[in-house]
Amino acid sequence: MSWETVIGLEIHVQLSTNSKLFSGGSTGFGAEPNTHVDLIDMGLPGVLPVANREAFYKAIRFGLATNAEINQTSSFDRKNYFYPDLPKGYQITQMAMPIVGKGSIKIDVDGSEKIINITRAHLEEDAGKSIHDLFDGETGVDLNRAGTPLLEIVSEPEISNAKEAVAYFKAVRQLVTFLDICDGNMAQGSMRCDVNVSIKKQEDEKLGTRAEIKNINSFKFIERAINFEIDRQIRIIESGESVVQETRLYDSVKNETRSMRSKEEANDYRYFPCPDLLPVVISDNEFNDIKNNLPELPDEKEKRYMSEANLEEAEAKIISSSKTMANMFEDACSKTDDSKLVANWLVGDVSALLNKDNIDIEESKLSSNNFATLIERISDKTISGKIAKSVLEEVWESGHDVDNIIKDKGLVQIQDESVLEEIAQRIINDNPSQVGAYKGGKDKLFGFFVGQVMKETQGKANPKSVNDILKNLLDS
Amino acid sequence: MSIQYKSIKNLTSMLQNKEISYKELINETFTLIESKMDLNAFITLNKDMAIEKATLLDSKKNDSLLAGIPIAQKDLFCTKDLRTTCGSNMLSSFIPPYSATVISNLENAGCISVGKTNMDEFAMGSSNETSFYGNVENPWGKNLVPGGSSGGSASAVSSGIVPAATGTDTGGSIRQPASLCGITGLKPTYGRISRWGMIAFASSLDQAGPMARTAEDCAILLNEMCSHDNKDTTSLNEHIPDFTKDIDQPIKGMKIGIVKEFDLSQLDNEVVKVFEESKKHYESLGAEFIEISLPNISLSVPTYYVVAPAECSSNLSRFDGVKFGKRCDDPKNLEDLYIRTRSEGFGDEVKRRILIGSYVLSAGFYDAYYKKAQQVRRLIKNDFDEAFLKVDVLMSPTTRGPAFEAGSKGSDPIQMYLEDLFTIPANLAGLPALSIPNGFVDNKPIGLQLIGNFLEENKLLKFAHNFQKTTDFHLKTPSGENI
Repeated sequence: MSWETVIGLEIHVQLSTNSKLFSGGSTGFGAEPNTHVDLIDMGLPGVLPVANREAFYKAIRFGLATNAEINQTSSFDRKNYFYPDLPKGYQITQMAMPIVGKGSIKIDVDGSEKIINITRAHLEEDAGKSIHDLFDGETGVDLNRAGTPLLEIVSEPEISNAKEAVAYFKAVRQLVTFLDICDGNMAQGSMRCDVNVSIKKQEDEKLGTRAEIKNINSFKFIERAINFEIDRQIRIIESGESVVQETRLYDSVKNETRSMRSKEEANDYRYFPCPDLLPVVISDNEFNDIKNNLPELPDEKEKRYMSEANLEEAEAKIISSSKTMANMFEDACSKTDDSKLVANWLVGDVSALLNKDNIDIEESKLSSNNFATLIERISDKTISGKIAKSVLEEVWESGHDVDNIIKDKGLVQIQDESVLEEIAQRIINDNPSQVGAYKGGKDKLFGFFVGQVMKETQGKANPKSVNDILKNLLDS
Repeated sequence: MSIQYKSIKNLTSMLQNKEISYKELINETFTLIESKMDLNAFITLNKDMAIEKATLLDSKKNDSLLAGIPIAQKDLFCTKDLRTTCGSNMLSSFIPPYSATVISNLENAGCISVGKTNMDEFAMGSSNETSFYGNVENPWGKNLVPGGSSGGSASAVSSGIVPAATGTDTGGSIRQPASLCGITGLKPTYGRISRWGMIAFASSLDQAGPMARTAEDCAILLNEMCSHDNKDTTSLNEHIPDFTKDIDQPIKGMKIGIVKEFDLSQLDNEVVKVFEESKKHYESLGAEFIEISLPNISLSVPTYYVVAPAECSSNLSRFDGVKFGKRCDDPKNLEDLYIRTRSEGFGDEVKRRILIGSYVLSAGFYDAYYKKAQQVRRLIKNDFDEAFLKVDVLMSPTTRGPAFEAGSKGSDPIQMYLEDLFTIPANLAGLPALSIPNGFVDNKPIGLQLIGNFLEENKLLKFAHNFQKTTDFHLKTPSGENI
C-alpha cells in the first residue's frame, strides 16, 4: 500500500529584542540563573505586563516578507496551565487576533521549488527552564528565559516528507536572519519547532490522526524524528491498529519518539482575552516605516548580485543563501572593484573549506572583516592568489588577523620589477639548455621558468609581472 | 483635643496651625488604633515607619494638603518592605519588594501609611467573613459585619481612628462597606487609578478608590491617587482635574435618573423610606428626577459571577507554592505541591470562585458563559451610555439593607452575591460611583449610591458634597455623638 505523509510545523522563533515581551528584563543568553528576571517576569502579585512594540515591529517584518496579512490591531490571550517554569500559571499569547495572518514561503528541495502556506504567526512569551539534573531529588527553576518574545509560525499541513520539512525550516531560518529579527542560533534555542505528523492512504481525502513531536532544535533531528514517526505510524496502521492523537518527544540518543501525553491527558488551556492588556494598534505611520525599511531579502539580493556585480546565477544563489555569506560578499566588494574575484573566493575556496568541515559559515572562524582584508590584499597586489590560499587556510584554522599573518610570515608580494628582472635573468643564465630548447620551439618550457622564479621568491612574486618579464627576456 | 472622627480637612488645618505636631498626630492615631484592636480592622501595623516619617515631617515643612495625614491601606496593595497578605493564608509571610503606584502616589503626597487593613480573602466577599485573619467588627454594633471586601478600611474610618483609607472595588467592595459603616466611598472610572501593585482579583473590574468621612475628603485623596501610569496599559491617559474644585457649585437644574429596573418593592420599607427622603432632599436642592430604563441591568449579577471568577481563576494561578507565598510542608511531588499548597493556602470562597471561573472558561463552555457574559456586559454599558444622554447621575440605594450579623448569610453564597445587586453594574460598565450615608435603619447607617458617566467623578462629588453640606448623616458617629 502506498502512504502519503502530511506534516505541519510550528516554529518558535526567538525575536532579537533587547528586552522581554512584557517587561524591561534583559533577553541576554547565558547569564547566571535568575539574574535576568524582574518583578514582571517573576509574576509577583500586583505586577502588570506592558507590550514591547519592538517585538510587533519584528513580527510585522516577517509578515511582510511572507506576503502575509498583517493585523494592525492584534490582541493577547491567556493560556492557562500549571508548570514550575511558568511563573504566572498562564502564558500570554495571541490566540484570537494574531499579528500576522495567512502568508506563504518558497522552499527549495533538491532544486525544485514548492510554496508552503503559513496559517498565522503570533507573538507569545517564552517560559523559563526547569533544571532537573543539578539538584538531587529536586528541580531548579531558571526564569531568565521567561518572558522572552517568541514568534510562533504555524504552517499549513502541506509538507510531504522529512526533506521538505527541513527545507521549510531552513527557509524560515534564512528569512528571519535576513530580516534581522532572530539570530537563528539553534544551539542556544533561538529556533525550535513542534512537528505534526500524520499519514493517510493516497486516495483518502481525510487527514489521518496526527502525533505532535515537541521541541526539536536541529535540522538533523527534524528529519530523523519525522522519518521515525512515519515508519511508526505505518507499522501501527498496517498491523490493524490506529494511531492515537498525542504529544510525543524525540529522543535523539535512541533516535525514537516516545509518548509524552495523550489527548485525554492534554491540558484544557482555558484561553480567554488577557484583561491586563488592551489590543495593540500599529499605526499606519509605524506600519509604513517598517515596510519602507524592510531589509533586502535573499531573492532580491540574488537578482542584484547578477545585475550589479555580474555574477552567474549559481554564484549569486550560493552567496545570497545566508546572511553571513551575503554580508561577507558585500563587505569585501567595498574593498575592491573586482566583485567577480570576491565571488570566486566565496564560491570556490571558502565553500570548499565549509564542505570539508561540514559547517555553516556562521560557525567558521573566518570573520567578514578578515575576509574583506584578504580580498583587499589580493586586489592591491600585496599578496598573490596562491599566497592568499595559504593565508585563508591559516585564518580558517586560527582565526588570526590576515594582515598579521602576512606580516609575520613575510608574505608580501615582490612588486619591485627590477628585483624580479634580476632573478629572472639569473635563472635564464643558469639554465642555458632549457633556454635553447624553449627558443627551439618547446613553448611549454615557459612554465618551467615561471616556476623557478616563483620558487626563488617563495611564491611572493606577482605572477603577471613574472610572465611579462620572462616573455620580454626570453622572446627578445 | 481628641483627633478621633476628625476629617482630613480638619486635621490639615490643625497641622498647619500647629495645634498638633505631625508626630503627635501619628502617636495619637496609634493610641486610637490600639484602643480599638477588638475591631480587628488591621492585619499589619506600620508603627515604626509611620512615626519615623512623622518625625521627619516635623523637621521639614510640607505644604501638601495630605502631609502627615494618617491613612490605612487595604492589604491588597503591595507595600514595599511591609507585609501584604490580601487577607489570605497564601500570603501570610509575603513582603513585597515594591509598592503599588497608588501607595507611592499617596505617600509622595505626604500621607503616612499606618497599617494594612483586613479584608475578604483576595477581595472575594461582601462581609469580611472570608478573611483568613478573622472577622472585622462594624463599629455600629457588636457582631455586625462591616461589609466587604474593604471591610477593615471601612471599619477603621467609621470608628474614627483614621480619617481615610484606601479600598478597592470589583463589584461594590468600596461602596457596600461604606454604606454599611456610614462613611463615604468612591469607586472611580475604571483606569483612573493605576492597578500596578494591586493584587488582582478580576482585572477588568478592579479599581482602587478612597474611603473617608466626607465627599470633600474623598476628592482631596482622589487628586493624589489618580495618575496615568505607563506600567498599567489599562490606566487612562486622560486629563486629571482638580476634583475639589467644583464641589461647592450648586446642582440646581441638574438631572438625576432613577433606574426603573431596580425593584425597590423587594426592599425593607424602612430602606425605601430613607431612599425616598433622599430624593426629596435632592429635589429641595433643585435637582430634577427622571425615570430611566436600563433594560439589561437585571443580567448584571449573573454576568458578574461569570466574568469575575473567570479572571480570578487565572489571576490566582500564580499562587502555586513555587516562587513566593505559602508552600506546603514536604511536598511528595509536583502535583502534591500544587494541590496541598493551594488547598491549604486558599479559603472556601476563593476556591469556589476558582472552580466557577475554571468551569466557565473550559473548552465547550467558553462560548456559552464567558463569551456570552462579555456580550451582555457590552449591552449593559450601552444602556448606561443611553441613560447619560438624559441625566447627569443615576441614583439608587447602595445596599439592600443595613449591616447584617456575622454568620447570617454565610451558608448561602447566592444571598451573599445578591448583596452587590446595586453596585455591580457600575463595575461592569467601568463607570464611577460613590456611596454616601443617607440615613439609618434600626440605628444602623445605610448609604445612597450615585453612579456617574465615564470620567465624571467631579460631578458625583459635587452631588455628594451638596448633600453633605445640607445633611448630617455623615457626621453621626457610632459612639452616639455628632461631630
